[in-house]
Amino acid sequence: MGVEFEPRIVAFMCNWCTYAGADNAGVARLESPSNILPIRVMCSGRISPEMVLRAFRAGADGVLVMGCHLGDCHYSAGNHRTVKRMPLLQNLLGYVGVNPERLERVWVSASEAPRFVEVTKAFTDKIRQLGPLAQEVTE
Amino acid sequence: MMDAGRHPNITLLTYSEVEGVSGYLGNFTVRVRKKARYVKEDVCTGCGLCQEKCPFKVVDDVFEAGMAKRKIIYRPFGQAIPNIPVIDREHCVFFQKGKCGACKKLCPAGAIDFEQQDQLLDLNVGTIIVATGFALWDARKLSQYSFGKSPNIITGEQFERLSNAGGPTMGKILLANGKPPESVAIIHCVGSRDHNAHAYCSRFCCMYALKHAHLVRDKTGAQVYEYYMDMRTFGKGYEEFYQRVQEEGVTMVRGRGAEVQVLSDGKLRVKGEDANLGRLVITDVDMVVLCTAAEAQPDADRVAALFGLSRTADGFFAEAHPKLRPVETNTDGVFLAGCAQGPRDVPDTVAHAGAAASMALALLDKGEVTISPTTASVVAEECVGCGDCIPVCPYTAISRVDGKAKINAALCKGCGTCVATCPAGAIRALHFTDEQIVAQIEGVLAWA
Repeated sequence: MGVEFEPRIVAFMCNWCTYAGADNAGVARLESPSNILPIRVMCSGRISPEMVLRAFRAGADGVLVMGCHLGDCHYSAGNHRTVKRMPLLQNLLGYVGVNPERLERVWVSASEAPRFVEVTKAFTDKIRQLGPLAQEVTE
Repeated sequence: MMDAGRHPNITLLTYSEVEGVSGYLGNFTVRVRKKARYVKEDVCTGCGLCQEKCPFKVVDDVFEAGMAKRKIIYRPFGQAIPNIPVIDREHCVFFQKGKCGACKKLCPAGAIDFEQQDQLLDLNVGTIIVATGFALWDARKLSQYSFGKSPNIITGEQFERLSNAGGPTMGKILLANGKPPESVAIIHCVGSRDHNAHAYCSRFCCMYALKHAHLVRDKTGAQVYEYYMDMRTFGKGYEEFYQRVQEEGVTMVRGRGAEVQVLSDGKLRVKGEDANLGRLVITDVDMVVLCTAAEAQPDADRVAALFGLSRTADGFFAEAHPKLRPVETNTDGVFLAGCAQGPRDVPDTVAHAGAAASMALALLDKGEVTISPTTASVVAEECVGCGDCIPVCPYTAISRVDGKAKINAALCKGCGTCVATCPAGAIRALHFTDEQIVAQIEGVLAWA
């Protein structure tokens, strides 16, 4: 191949915390990896397991589900649903032959622009190590 | 302040605390605990006799910053609105031991009521402005400044009381021994711009530090040493004032005041680096004024939770956008004014508060609001009526009507949690439908 593998990562971001945090990272001229493909949703609670699976099926090498810290949810408790759903989904991913590590749920608040950069860099590095999803899943 | 107290459309609730907020823009219900002040407000004439006759005093840590005492029945300060005193129950001898009651015996209007109870008020309001102000950094937390070890090491706030004509020294700048100081050091950035304390600049200290220097020169003629890192005189007319203070003979030392030592003769030794000279400077002075940082109120977390506000990393309440929406919050109908949002000086606070007031009024005047179209709606034919969506809704916007889920669009904020929960896929999040999100996912992944 010669060319280093660049993963494609779908990042679901809630409108109030993480999306604003990503925005602030931009305002502050902090560089975050271009591997992150943002999908804005109103709340991390909007992200159904089906959405995550759809992202993997459409060719994502990793999926980040990002929202407000517990207690900070703009909608009071939408992220409480996320915190229950995602570990369950991770379990199921293992059964279908997708490394559960490829899905991560992270909280980043609007004021945590540097954390946004940190988290996205770390996840990108992790997925780069894991290699393309296509290699892992055999038809 | 007096105008606000007299205005027919303004109800002032002093000595009261918000305990709960529910509802939404245009229809908030705010539960306020109006604490018992043990003085009947409608009977009290504000003559002040009770304060005069109360035989006990305590140190006033609030208005007088610990520099003077106040009576147990008191008004916070001379011009306080309304002109009605309050009994400090914790220190009142009558409440503690059941004796005294001098105020009750002597009140000519019969306004003292030891039996008064807290009142809970439910107010229906359309918009809310949070203007809870700031607190000052406790200089004891940075031990190198020796705050508390000498009565002549004071904060900028305490100096304010010293120089005030109504203050404990009638406006004379005096040391604890009653003599005027011969030399004064003013140290900027105590707790601000310091990674051991607050990283941010407290914004208004430079100007008041210069004012203090000017007052010391003007009132006592004492030598003044001003230890500053950067002089931030950014406002209109501010730089000119800085020039004026320099011309008045204040010695400017460019560098953080690093340490204050209390010498055995009571003198105070201030050490710091003068970056302009490139060497350590040591000055022995009679008085040290510490310009302590402004910080978020200690109960900011509780207030944030009450009003649904978020906070920035510095602890102050977060505005909706740092540049374009500095007054609004992420909760519709709740606005911020003044230092609750971040440190700012008087003209900036007046401008900020004016903006908050006009935004709040504009909404009320219009009488109707435009709500976001990003709400959820149920496709009745697909709904199986399981009711899973009802408990997940944070806004209780979903109810079961004729065996099917129904969403109240006025209450729905469009988070979409119900959409992701619905096992039948019968709920659509308008503008965030499954099809739209999937199209986005496929779109961003289209490049190979």
